[in-house]
Amino acid sequence: MLSMALATRTDRRPSLTRTLWASTIGKKTVMALTGLIMLGYLVAHMYGNLKIFFGPDSFNDYGHWLRVMGEPLLHEKWGLWIVRVVLVVAVVLHGVCAYQLSRRDLAARPSRYVHKRPRASYATRTMRWGGVILALFIVWHVLDLTTGTVHPGGFQPGRPYQNVVDTFSTWYGNVVYIVAMLALGLHVRHGFWSAAQTLGAGSATRDRLLRTTADLLALVLTAGFIAVPVAVMTGVVS
Amino acid sequence: MRLTLRVWRQPDPDTPGAMVTYGIDGISEDMSFLEMLDTLNEELILKGEEPVAFDHDCREGICGACGVVIDGEAHGPERTTTCQLHMRHFEDGATIDVEPWRAGAFPVVKDLVVDRSAFDRIIGSGGYITVPTGAAPEAHATPVPKPAADLAFEHAECIGCGACVAACPNGSAMLFTSAKVNHLGVLPQGAPERETRVLDMVATMDEEGFGGCTLAGECATACPKGIPLQSISMMNREFLRATVRGR
Ligand code: HEM
Ligand code: SF4
Ligand code: FES
Repeated sequence: MLSMALATRTDRRPSLTRTLWASTIGKKTVMALTGLIMLGYLVAHMYGNLKIFFGPDSFNDYGHWLRVMGEPLLHEKWGLWIVRVVLVVAVVLHGVCAYQLSRRDLAARPSRYVHKRPRASYATRTMRWGGVILALFIVWHVLDLTTGTVHPGGFQPGRPYQNVVDTFSTWYGNVVYIVAMLALGLHVRHGFWSAAQTLGAGSATRDRLLRTTADLLALVLTAGFIAVPVAVMTGVVS
Repeated sequence: MRLTLRVWRQPDPDTPGAMVTYGIDGISEDMSFLEMLDTLNEELILKGEEPVAFDHDCREGICGACGVVIDGEAHGPERTTTCQLHMRHFEDGATIDVEPWRAGAFPVVKDLVVDRSAFDRIIGSGGYITVPTGAAPEAHATPVPKPAADLAFEHAECIGCGACVAACPNGSAMLFTSAKVNHLGVLPQGAPERETRVLDMVATMDEEGFGGCTLAGECATACPKGIPLQSISMMNREFLRATVRGR
């Protein structure tokens, strides 16, 4: 008898989490899922921000509702804290995977071609520095409008309308915010389509749909967020 | 045709290489890129210099042995292999840069030759189906749906040349690995090892030091066999399915 080569590994395989965390595809999956969670949050956040166009009462009421969201099932602020914890976990996981994968990718291509040509990886490169811009922006944004630490003028807890107007009455408040939102648009444009590929939803027939959805999401998010500083600058909101 | 070639010369893996300039005349437009390099080598040998080392075998575009980066593009300006690229695609008097595949997992052996045995190890870890050897089975015993046969064939076209890795800004082998995983995964003959195959091949791919995929799309543009970028998404789906299903 000829013995047949043992084809399959019969040893015990690592757990699901271990398999995912140890592989490049798994880490990318973590990035895709956390990216989509953040994206979902941002759509809701952008929508909520637009309430500023209905005046201080409407906006401040909405701000108050965020604190009592989920009551009476949840205690006051519990809903808010659940959202905060999920977001912090998502941002940290997303950033850690981005860092680890980027280091690996750079190491996998140690020498450059002598003959340079414009590469189509524009999206990839903007993903990395764009992501860093977003991370810095998130820190600044929380210190500005949540804790008030770096807020210009007197920060007034419970009066978000006034705080937003104060922030966008400074030139740097506008610049930081608008640059970050443009970076967000680029990130989402490649990111949404990319996440679909990572999660295995990509196909030749669906490609146009995915790309168009990514473009629309990017456009709506960026325009919706930027509308607020523009409104304050032009005096529509004051 | 008269050409100026700038060719990467590197005597061995441990000595740093550099581009060396050669002038060459009397090249026919009907020559392949490799025949043009043969002509250069004949001249070098006559002059008593070391010829340029490069890989090749079939020269028919089917074995995957050849492959150099020409003016920054893997396999040069046309969608074909280096052996099937003809000199008519270059201008008379042009300066052409010729470099080896560059990737951490493909170390240079000499000049334009790189060590692609990492691909063999990826194949060895799962790129096969287990069947008892013996007489050929009756062809109609295992029906294969037409769409599955077409998909398998599309992916079976991959010749393992490595242009995808060479073109990728991350030195990633995802396109190659996905071609192999999808080729066998969609066929009934490949079903028994469907889960272990993708898990083992992806694990080997990562162990070999290839980078991750950032979906830049350079691989599919460079691939001489037209393996589509979506193949990567297909393999991701297979990988996640196998991870969740247990193995
Ligand atoms: C903490 C700051 C952030 C950093 C450092 C960061 C960095 C990155 C990097 C490096 C990638 C991979 C790019 C590639 O593979 O080409 C990526 C992908 C992605 N990012 Fe971010 N990002 C950040 C914030 C965000 C935010 C706020 C969102 C929400 C809209 C987001 C959504 C996505 C999505 C959906 C992907 C695609 C995942 C995939 O390719 O499967 N990211 N990010
Ligand atoms: S996927 Fe294309 S470029 Fe990559 S090894 Fe196969 S044939 Fe070559
Ligand atoms: S030499 Fe065989 S594919 Fe080019």
